[in-house]
Amino acid sequence: MSAVADTPPVAPPRKGLLSPTNLRRWENFKANRRGYWSLWIFLVIFVLSLCAELIANDRPIIASYKGEILFPVVVDYPEEKFGGFLATTDYRSDFIAEEIEANGWMIWPPIRYSYGTTNSNIPHSAPTAPFWLMSKEERCAGYPGGAADPNCNLSNLNWLGTDDQARDVLARVIYGFRISVLFGLALTICSAVVGVTAGAVQGYFGGWTDLLMQRFIEIWSSMPVLYILLIIASILPPGFWILLGIMLLFSWVGFVGVVRAEFLRARNFEYVRAARALGVGNATIMYRHLLPNAMVATLTFLPFILSGSITTLTSLDFLGFGMPPGSPSLGELIAQGKENLQAPWLGLTAFVVMSLMLSLLIFVGEATRDAFDPRKTFR
Amino acid sequence: MSAPETILSVRDLSVAFHQGGNTTLAVDRVSFDIRRGEVVALVGESGSGKSVTANSVLRLLPYPAASHPSGEILFKGQDLLKASDAALRDVRGNDITMIFQEPMTSLNPLHSIERQIGEILKLHQDIEGAAARAKILELLNQVGIREPEKRLAAYPHELSGGQRQRVMIAMALANRPELLIADEPTTALDVTVQAQILELLKNLKEEHGMSMLFITHDLGIVRKFADRVCVMTKGRIVETGPVEEIFTNPQHPYTRHLLASEPKGAPRPADDSQPVIMQAEDVKVWFPIKAGFLRRVVDNVKAVDGIDLTLRAGHTLGVVGESGSGKTTLGLALTRLIASKGRIAFVGQDIAGHSFAEMRPLRRRMQIVFQDPFGSLSPRMSVADIVAEGLKIHEPSLSEGERDRRVAAALEETGLDPATRWRYPHEFSGGQRQRIAIARAMVLKPEFVMLDEPTSALDMSVQAQVVELLRDLQAKHNLAYLFISHDLKVVRALANDIIVMRSGRVVEKGPAKDIIERPTEAYTKALMAAAFNLEAVRSEAISQ
Repeated sequence: MSAVADTPPVAPPRKGLLSPTNLRRWENFKANRRGYWSLWIFLVIFVLSLCAELIANDRPIIASYKGEILFPVVVDYPEEKFGGFLATTDYRSDFIAEEIEANGWMIWPPIRYSYGTTNSNIPHSAPTAPFWLMSKEERCAGYPGGAADPNCNLSNLNWLGTDDQARDVLARVIYGFRISVLFGLALTICSAVVGVTAGAVQGYFGGWTDLLMQRFIEIWSSMPVLYILLIIASILPPGFWILLGIMLLFSWVGFVGVVRAEFLRARNFEYVRAARALGVGNATIMYRHLLPNAMVATLTFLPFILSGSITTLTSLDFLGFGMPPGSPSLGELIAQGKENLQAPWLGLTAFVVMSLMLSLLIFVGEATRDAFDPRKTFR
Repeated sequence: MSAPETILSVRDLSVAFHQGGNTTLAVDRVSFDIRRGEVVALVGESGSGKSVTANSVLRLLPYPAASHPSGEILFKGQDLLKASDAALRDVRGNDITMIFQEPMTSLNPLHSIERQIGEILKLHQDIEGAAARAKILELLNQVGIREPEKRLAAYPHELSGGQRQRVMIAMALANRPELLIADEPTTALDVTVQAQILELLKNLKEEHGMSMLFITHDLGIVRKFADRVCVMTKGRIVETGPVEEIFTNPQHPYTRHLLASEPKGAPRPADDSQPVIMQAEDVKVWFPIKAGFLRRVVDNVKAVDGIDLTLRAGHTLGVVGESGSGKTTLGLALTRLIASKGRIAFVGQDIAGHSFAEMRPLRRRMQIVFQDPFGSLSPRMSVADIVAEGLKIHEPSLSEGERDRRVAAALEETGLDPATRWRYPHEFSGGQRQRIAIARAMVLKPEFVMLDEPTSALDMSVQAQVVELLRDLQAKHNLAYLFISHDLKVVRALANDIIVMRSGRVVEKGPAKDIIERPTEAYTKALMAAAFNLEAVRSEAISQ
């Protein structure tokens, strides 16, 4: 046996993909079919919405003009290039479109509207209904050539109608979905970091630290959050990061309880005591020995916090205290639906998108909770 | 004298457990008989299937996860495995009763003693009211509860562990059973209490002419207590026979191995020329009891109350005492893991006032091995990471390869295959895990190791190996051990000096040989009698 120490160390095997525990959790997750499929559907929608610029945009993806390959999606070309006078090119204008088509070609995204683009060829005053609710003559009435106009094609028509400023609803929904999920993710991750740190410190050190922070959190969490958000939002200029910061002030509290409880329980485990006897510092013990215990509770929590964050952003947008005017937002779409009861597609679209997104997240959350539950056994 | 009738006959009993598509055979075609008035012991190490066998007699296993592929259990001719639920209920708690290991959890914490026992009387004998009360008092008297009238209204938490076990026995005896199944009834108790309970069971058995099926891992108890013994390992009974025969002339290799596994050997001879490693004077750990609105300190729980000790290099100091005597607290105070008063000198430095940061360089020279090998290893770290953790702190300049070599060497020194160091703790047995914990301490090459009951959670045969290992390591590295244990057999095999502790104070101290062979204090005498001869000493010095 003495020869063993001299042999080269055995390579750590299968450090790779998943430890046995995580493998079992993944199996449990998959066993919840609804959650598993929800995860895939959500991921597909989310990845598609991340590429929103390539799906719904008011400028071509690639264009060729006088032998030069242009990428209008990523590069802002001044209109001078094509003989116009604006600082940024309006590719949708007839003049520019004809100029480029005459000297090359353009590849458009499937939907030729961005979230802020107004449709100047709507048949009557905005909001207009989805094109498939109108006859061909009716929906092309706004184009100079009527039903025969080549621009009255599928990618120029409004699949889900337009809102009261003649903007394409589908484009706004795609961008709005993206910003909602990104906002939710950012808020969830930030509040998890803050909340887990606070809970860890409380639980690990206990005593006065715990007592004082616990009292502070009790006072902090009894604040009327929505009113404070409204007041702050009316003073500070609205924006993604400012909103994130304001909501972070209150949302981290949710994590503290579970993490604190886990740390309180685990700090007296013998392996923690053994580490202390080895002289391991507090920060290392917390990170290496205690945090893995608390991660289970935290991960189980995440999907629900995520859907909560999305709902809060939507309700602020609905009240008009959220994202700056003009940004694509599901809350704003709901508000428009309420203002324009004669245009039910606005409210219906917002409702369907919101409920689909939240249901998917809740289903994923349920499956995650099952996966991390050690008592749960599946066939 | 003709042989008494057989009252329980277990034939070819197998028990299988199904979990997640896997089937494990926990008990494999086991057969044994119990005659009237006889004590049969089922002996085996953890996982041998002895408790599962005992539980299947009354069909107390978690069916349908458990099943019996084969076998029958004949109680006076009736097959209990095929009996209807109603017939079985009639047998349970009436003809056959059980007492369990953990007296803390086997009594309902919300019921008073009178109600716990009264429930059984009402169920099986339909006695209530004053008659029941008289019967309960009689039972409590029988099991030796002092002043039973005052205890009737008591709740389990108001009783000591030994008293709880006595109440459990009273409940088991209430219906004058013919067979008592005792599943490790004394394992959770202190040695002096264990001796009392064993004596009680023996007396009761003789008075009532009961039979007993006694499950235990402790060969001392078997030898003292049982008439016949069945040795179990890996779900099979490998040897059955009268106690004297098995102990004097074991046939099966496993039985021989088990009998040979008592911790043996003597500590290394004391050498007073060795330098003093640890010296403590008047160490006190008091936990304040606060009361009132201003949380003033009204009293103190004196966990450790003025202890002096000296420990030289290469020596072992055994700290002995029953649960709650403050021996672990003393160890934690000496290693500065909890605050204490008094002077503590480690290798000549006074460390009593040291902060955590000041202690850090000294930590590598003092190490701790804990009792529970399942709790003291982080389940989410590989063995290599666990052992290397101390090296990363105290020798951060080591290269990756050098550190790995040190880890491998430490594992090898403790008798583990270094190739297994990428595995996780749950893949190892209890004894192997304790070796990992020892390797974690040894990799830093300490001078002082505190061993907090390092063998208590281990099986008998593994205990002996760990004791052997500790002795070898001590000889090799001239280590000073502070050995904390309630198990005097292990202490005898390791310690040069002994401190006997009780309620935070020293009862007796001196060279190990003197204390074990010629104890002077009444408490120490009772402790030694209970530990080595399983004899209960009637003495005011020990508690019930």
